[in-house]
Amino acid sequence: MSVQLDARPPTPAARRTTRPPRAFRLSRLDERYSPYLYVAPFFVLFGVFGAYPLIYTFWVSLHDWDLLGTEHPFVGAENYTRLMADPDFWHSVVNTLGIFVLSTVPQLLAALWLASLLNRQLRARTSWRMAVLVPNITSTAAVAIVFGVLFGRQFGMVNWLLDLVGVGAVDWKANRFASWVAISAMVDWRWTGYNALIFLAAMQAVPRDLYESAAIDGAGRTRQFWSITVPLLKPTIIFAVIVSTIGGLQLFTEPRMFHSGTNPIRGGPLRESQTMTMYMFENAFAPHYNFGYGSAVAWLLFALIAIVAALNVVLLRRLGGTDRPVQARRSRKERPR
Amino acid sequence: MNRLWSASRLTYAALAVTALMSVFPIYWMFVVASRSSDAMGQVPPPVTPGGNLGANISRLFSNTDAYFLTGLINSAIVAVTVTVSVVFFSTLAGFAFAKLRFRGRNALLLAIVATMMVPTQLGVIPLYLLMTKLNWNDRLPAVIVPALVTGFGVFMMRQYAGQAISTELIEAARMDGCGTARIYWNVVLPALRPAAAVLGLLTFMTTWNDFLWPYAVLNDPENPTVQLSLRALSDGYYQDMSQVFTGTAIATLPLLLVFVLFGRQIIGGIMEGAVKA
Repeated sequence: MSVQLDARPPTPAARRTTRPPRAFRLSRLDERYSPYLYVAPFFVLFGVFGAYPLIYTFWVSLHDWDLLGTEHPFVGAENYTRLMADPDFWHSVVNTLGIFVLSTVPQLLAALWLASLLNRQLRARTSWRMAVLVPNITSTAAVAIVFGVLFGRQFGMVNWLLDLVGVGAVDWKANRFASWVAISAMVDWRWTGYNALIFLAAMQAVPRDLYESAAIDGAGRTRQFWSITVPLLKPTIIFAVIVSTIGGLQLFTEPRMFHSGTNPIRGGPLRESQTMTMYMFENAFAPHYNFGYGSAVAWLLFALIAIVAALNVVLLRRLGGTDRPVQARRSRKERPR
Repeated sequence: MNRLWSASRLTYAALAVTALMSVFPIYWMFVVASRSSDAMGQVPPPVTPGGNLGANISRLFSNTDAYFLTGLINSAIVAVTVTVSVVFFSTLAGFAFAKLRFRGRNALLLAIVATMMVPTQLGVIPLYLLMTKLNWNDRLPAVIVPALVTGFGVFMMRQYAGQAISTELIEAARMDGCGTARIYWNVVLPALRPAAAVLGLLTFMTTWNDFLWPYAVLNDPENPTVQLSLRALSDGYYQDMSQVFTGTAIATLPLLLVFVLFGRQIIGGIMEGAVKA
């Protein structure tokens, strides 16, 4: 911003005629083309390091392509047909879906509940919000190591607590379902607070008079929650579910670091919790370096993400009330406090 | 001002339990980091700090497998470079999308939102081949360059620029003969500072935590990021847990520091983004 310091009387007409045409042309060029220059870095970078590799993954998956080979013969769908008959692959698909369900459903329900708690007249509001968000800012690898120890068989704190209430020790790393639970606990721990804040922001945009009239009609707090809050939050919930689907089905760091030390990339001695991304890594990088086969896993995972995300949207659309209340929300959008 | 529901004792109790569960694993990480290695075998497990932190730190930094100091320095270089770059390019593009007129603006913005839904992580194999071709394998540019600007950052800055900068202000600057670059630097960037700070904080934390791509492309054990140092520590044949936990605690410390100092802004950023998205 500059301030006009010129004390001479303004002579706009004279200026227009004496303005150097070159500068004028330059400023026209600036107006017209600079916007493209400013948005270009994202598109160039995304094209080179995001879109191109993703599409090229499909091309690689149609070849017999490994690290050392100088030739990559085209094999068509062979990698895919081999995958379809590969029990370890299907094992990883089941693991991925199991961990996904265990980590997403309780997480979103707990986040809704936590958001409704945070949406009350609280003392030290910011401190509570920080406390529930702090898991989300920690390093995933570090936390996975800590959880790996907490869920240790011999000296883990979880087994110690279970022992106190009379439950026998669980082998969290070698029992398939138990390892799913432990890894899901890690994911839930990390993301519940984050999603609670997202839901809280949406709850604050719900007009209060809706609750007041519901209360007059005799609806209790639980009824209000399920009949007003949840339907009004549907767009936000759908958003959170899609984001959780995309992230959850690609889960890698948590199970990989949970099994640190013994068979990390296999997700345990008998692949108890090897996810699809881990299986892709095992095949594409050390020890096999079979890029073609790994790429086929990547594309099938991509397809699975698309299918599950679409299914979720369809299911959630059907659930709950009509879309009318959403318009009410839009008309009275408020800024979060 | 809205009238909120009152909070009962039960509300506070439930929140307190949740907060305890949120904080405990982090707290416990520091407990084990401050104890000797036999703390792991104790029953009941220790929950108070010990006096061994200094010894653990010096053992950690002299560990010849983890290259922990290199990891810390590398992570700092990567995270700071990526953060500065993301903030710069995102504010620039966000300004263009919010305040400049150009053909195809809406279609391009839609494309950016769509890219946020694309699991680009699945492209690691060709990305790895590309880095081999560029001769960036095992080197920091491999983890820096692909992250220099994000769709999330551009979209977030566009949303904020739309409401934070008045069009009259930009018109006034234009009357004074400012080109779009000058307008960006002198008008837009100062006005975007609060949102840019939040974007910077979120970017720093994400980059510092990044694991999958560095794990794929940085295979030289002598040149890790700090997260890869943690992997080397925890994969060790003989696991000295107090040393591993010292590593996880130090790797978490910068994030905690950022969060304690700027937690309010981070929470504000997450919540505002949620309502606008």
